[in-house]
Amino acid sequence: MNTETSSPWKQALNNGLISGVLCLLVMLVGLVESFGDTYIISGMITLGEIVLLAPVVLLTYTALRSATNSSRRTMVGISAIIGLISGCIISAFILLCQVVDLRFMFVNASPALFNLLMRGVPLPLGALIPPLQCAFASLVTLGIYLIPSRLRASVVQGFLWVVVFGTLRDQILIIDLFKIQPFSFILTRFVFASSGLSLIGALFVFAISAGLAYYLRGRKNRPAVIRSARVQKRNRIILIAILALIILSLPYALGLFYSEILDTTGLFIMMGLGLNIVVGFAGLLDLGYVAFYAIGAYTMGVLTSQLGGLTFWQALPFALVAAWLAGIILGLPVLRMRGDYLAIVTLGFGEIVRLLALSDWLKLYLGGAQGIQQIAQPIIGPVAFNSLQKLYYLILIGIIIVAFVAWRLKDSHLGRSWMAIREDEDVAQAMGINLVLTKLLAFSTGALFAGLAGTLGAAKLTSVYPHSMTFIVSINVLVIIIIGGMGSIPGVFVGALVLVGLPRLLSEFQEYQYWFFGLALVVMMLFRPEGLWPEARRKLELHEAEGSIEPPITETVSTGQ
Amino acid sequence: MSKRLLIIVSIIMISSMVLAACGAKPYECTDKIGCVTVGPTDPVHIAYAMVINGPDATLGIDSRNGAEIAIADKGGKVLDHAIKFDGEDDGCSAEGGQAAGTKLAADPTIVAILGTSCSSALRVAMPLWSTAGFTVISASNTAVDLTEAGNENNYPGYLRTAHNDKVQGAAAAQFAYNFLGFKKAATIHDGSIYADGLQKVFADEFTKLGGTITARESVDPLQVSMSGVLTTIASGTPEIIYHPIFIAAGTQLILQTWKTPGLENTVEMGADGMFSPDVMKGAGDAVEGVYVSSPDFTKFGADYTAKFLPAYQAAYGSVPVSIFHAHAYDAMNMVLACVEKVTVKDSDGTLHIPRQGLRDCMYATKDFKGLTGNLTCTPTGDCADPKIAVFEYHAGEYPPTKVWP
Amino acid sequence: MLKRWRQTLTLTDVMVYAIGVIIGIAIVYGTLRTWQKAEYTPEQWINLTIDGLKLGSIYALIALGYTLVYGILRMINFAHGEVFMAGPFTAVFLAMYLDEIGFYNAQPIISLLLITLLSATVSVTVALLLEKLAYRRLRYAPRLVPLITAIGASFFLQYTFRGFYGADVETYPNLDILKGTLTFGPITIPKADLLVIVSGFLLMLLLYGIVQHTKIGKAMRSVSEDKEVAALMGIDVDRIIQFTFGLGGASAGIAGILYAIIYQNVQAFMGFIPGLKAFTAAVLGGIGNVVGAWLGGTLLGLLESLGPNLFLSGLGVPAANQLKDGIAFAILVFILIFRPSGILGERLSKTKA
Repeated sequence: MNTETSSPWKQALNNGLISGVLCLLVMLVGLVESFGDTYIISGMITLGEIVLLAPVVLLTYTALRSATNSSRRTMVGISAIIGLISGCIISAFILLCQVVDLRFMFVNASPALFNLLMRGVPLPLGALIPPLQCAFASLVTLGIYLIPSRLRASVVQGFLWVVVFGTLRDQILIIDLFKIQPFSFILTRFVFASSGLSLIGALFVFAISAGLAYYLRGRKNRPAVIRSARVQKRNRIILIAILALIILSLPYALGLFYSEILDTTGLFIMMGLGLNIVVGFAGLLDLGYVAFYAIGAYTMGVLTSQLGGLTFWQALPFALVAAWLAGIILGLPVLRMRGDYLAIVTLGFGEIVRLLALSDWLKLYLGGAQGIQQIAQPIIGPVAFNSLQKLYYLILIGIIIVAFVAWRLKDSHLGRSWMAIREDEDVAQAMGINLVLTKLLAFSTGALFAGLAGTLGAAKLTSVYPHSMTFIVSINVLVIIIIGGMGSIPGVFVGALVLVGLPRLLSEFQEYQYWFFGLALVVMMLFRPEGLWPEARRKLELHEAEGSIEPPITETVSTGQ
Repeated sequence: MSKRLLIIVSIIMISSMVLAACGAKPYECTDKIGCVTVGPTDPVHIAYAMVINGPDATLGIDSRNGAEIAIADKGGKVLDHAIKFDGEDDGCSAEGGQAAGTKLAADPTIVAILGTSCSSALRVAMPLWSTAGFTVISASNTAVDLTEAGNENNYPGYLRTAHNDKVQGAAAAQFAYNFLGFKKAATIHDGSIYADGLQKVFADEFTKLGGTITARESVDPLQVSMSGVLTTIASGTPEIIYHPIFIAAGTQLILQTWKTPGLENTVEMGADGMFSPDVMKGAGDAVEGVYVSSPDFTKFGADYTAKFLPAYQAAYGSVPVSIFHAHAYDAMNMVLACVEKVTVKDSDGTLHIPRQGLRDCMYATKDFKGLTGNLTCTPTGDCADPKIAVFEYHAGEYPPTKVWP
Repeated sequence: MLKRWRQTLTLTDVMVYAIGVIIGIAIVYGTLRTWQKAEYTPEQWINLTIDGLKLGSIYALIALGYTLVYGILRMINFAHGEVFMAGPFTAVFLAMYLDEIGFYNAQPIISLLLITLLSATVSVTVALLLEKLAYRRLRYAPRLVPLITAIGASFFLQYTFRGFYGADVETYPNLDILKGTLTFGPITIPKADLLVIVSGFLLMLLLYGIVQHTKIGKAMRSVSEDKEVAALMGIDVDRIIQFTFGLGGASAGIAGILYAIIYQNVQAFMGFIPGLKAFTAAVLGGIGNVVGAWLGGTLLGLLESLGPNLFLSGLGVPAANQLKDGIAFAILVFILIFRPSGILGERLSKTKA
């Protein structure tokens, strides 16, 4: 947007309209009504209201950002206009719906929603509420904008954490550790109310998070303290020891619910590390990755249940070999395909495996639609890993092994061959790399990791169903490694925690989970495509490219916006 | 932290704990599993685990709505306490069942759970819920193993108001063979556990009665082009096609069967997954003569059309899309009735709900008058009225008319 | 010649060709067995073929959108399935309203035109919004970034429309003039099917004409060849890209109405699988190629319809129709082994020399 040429007023008008439309969008999708009874601060403000006002806040902020040279009065004017216009659009819609009942089309345009928007005030006076509320929100945004920078960041953080804690009330109270008396009493009586935070709790959270943010920012500006190498090493060992202690105690400290989330996240981490090799290191876009998970899981299922009767550990090597072979079988036909053709064929492979598992044709062996049940769980000596908490440790060991292998492979000769292929196949071949072997090894190693995840997944659920092996799972794994940072091993961990753990945690919003998921993906790719914990080289590459998004010549040719 | 502050905080914490202990309750819980104590101003917490997200969402949302109407009918209260009804998405899958299962199992305030929507979810969740002492009642699980005595998937504390596949599939077979007099049938399922289970029971029963199954096929739940599968079936010239699937694919089958050469006069039949106004709307004129099995709602009484449906319409803006709402309504009423029966109420309003006592009361339910018929529970948890009826669709009319028994 | 083969052929090639040959043999054998068994009447085969053609027309029109965008931007617009869904899912309400006031069957042609117009408009709007908000900034980013954006946009759109219109299935009312069949000699074809097949073909011709014979088509081809040089030649690259998205969107919106005419039921998730299949069709025919998209779509539709009965039941596979999607992919692999860039090969800009 050319900010030099258009006046701030025009932009305010623009932003106001966009904000109004976005508010309508949010309303009609149903977010406001659904979140209308989730209180952030009990009795005062709900998540629904926050979601409704979010576009107003965002667009006011962008308008203020580009109106840096304006006077205070202009800023107040801009903010007020944006708020008022948004509110008026909302009111106009409400009034429209009094004339024409739009519920046959927009199922959420209901009287209950309008009541919420007008805060219970009946029409015609109620129509004034949305403009006032939105204007209030934009003026508050202005207020925050005007606070000096360091304080402002802390205040914003404070608000965000209040929203987070208010929304996550149930998830926090479910933690086993917090059910012990001193915590339980403080949390349930003081900090939280029956829904959301209490007023005292909100102030408490705000104060602590804002204060912490302020303090940490200050520390960044102070010069670094130089410590001796021995002290540094000692500090690092202590840090690692504490971290290890925390990680090992998580399932029992947090309880059953969190153990399940951790286990599922762990399996996705394993799969992510495997796909990271195929897509991240070798650059082969595999959209059918779930097939290998399925093969691992089904082999384990078939061998340990009715047909087999083997134990988990006896069946494990067979499952791993099956997955590994599957990787090679997939790799063979696609050896000469590149790019998007490869993607489609691998997608097809994934679907074929799922269809075969579902089919009546192979029902005798694979169970068809009924799946396979009573899958064995691992037993080591006297210890049976039959609870989610115990499986966590097995999965943790699996992750450590897989991550270690991936890490070593990355810097090995094979790893470098993969990256050479990723950059340019022809040059790599000219350098003497055996394309066939390298590609097959990439596919099969990735498949092996997925197969391992599959066996543990089957043990976790003690059953396998073909309905779980869908294309969406492959997409999820792909998204994890891209959002985490392609080719980056710590990135996989971060990606999985954010994309698998977080939605499970926020299962209250399950109806809109994928809506937020889609939105988050788009936003992330637009503003931080290198991922959350990127490979340093990648970040450089991507932002280098960003600098040249518009080749200069086009700008002079294109006729205005 | 300064020492003085530390001392003050400790004193506050200790005294509050002492005070909490001093307000001890006179009631001593003798229940085998334990009791749920509901404070004088606290709500009675009943949870749900249904599929409310994704393409199958109408199934779970309908059930949840049915249960909510049951709560509203009671004024939102039981024993003068508000009813808190919330829950999780079971995703109609094993993973979803485990997620919902662990989340709910960790909440000791829950008295009973309505769910799950799908049998695959239940098999994983039930061990957790059974150990936690909950009473679980499902409005739409139909898999046979869940209430089969001695089966690994049959856990104490589980009941259901939905019809066991054994009942519904067999009824359909008897209807087709005895009432309609057909000897050749074909089946189509959609890869779901529900449909696959039903067609298997149908096929076994039909063959036992003396008929032959000419083809057993399957479609994808979101499939629209049915010509291939119908042509294959046509080559066996069946007299009836039994497709116990759901609305989307079922409607397409109805629309396309009569246009397929060889199947112009073939009769079609579905199961309660296809008992829905959306089938009547979606299939237009082609729906004439399609049979569907379902709980006999003609026995619901006048209340159903006079009170229940208008209340549903007013609250949710449309009529229920699937039949399972009625099962959920009955399930919730059964739970509330038993809660009223077994709970011990203190003078100050505190409730003590014995968990095993609640389960025993539920299993002992006899001749409970519900929307779906007379409910009597077997020791393993099947509560549905054993009589299942068959209805016939007529174009433009809903609900379909009863033809059997 | 043999010596030259031995020099250029590697072990890889042999293995890969072997797989292709195995698939080919399975197909041929299955087909022969089916002919032998003579399970199906010619009437049934004709019915299946017509079904395949009409399904194929719909795939073809959606595939056109994929292929145009890919030709210009080299990106897979994963959200195109939702562009396809948005049109008919919105237009159904207009159709229901027109039916209520009796206009629908009184003036069927005008009604159809109105509905198609609305559907195309909505789809074009969604496509243009996608381009402006999600894809424009990522034009020069590595290939996977816009892919993920497209996936995110796809989910976002699915659930937005589900939120707007509800999770239920909505039904298009029946058009009386489209009921019934027409007979051409031995072939009886329902009127609705004929409309769909003919429209699909005509639209393909129209789009091909636009791309090959108009000035803007020439601009599209040059942008797809080389963006910077096209800009140097004075072409407004942004506008052309917008036009391409719009064209693809319109094509998808019209495909949506054709879908609605035949299958009548629409819902928020209806675009996902056809979108995927259409992308497969575009790859099959040669991505970036308009005629290729049409060919690929038609071929895929025919394979889905005829495949299970033609190959698999001959091979004795029970419940063969369950695996029809698997067949489509197997054929895809088969073709891509022997012709790695699809049937007609790549490139929007390659003229028919």
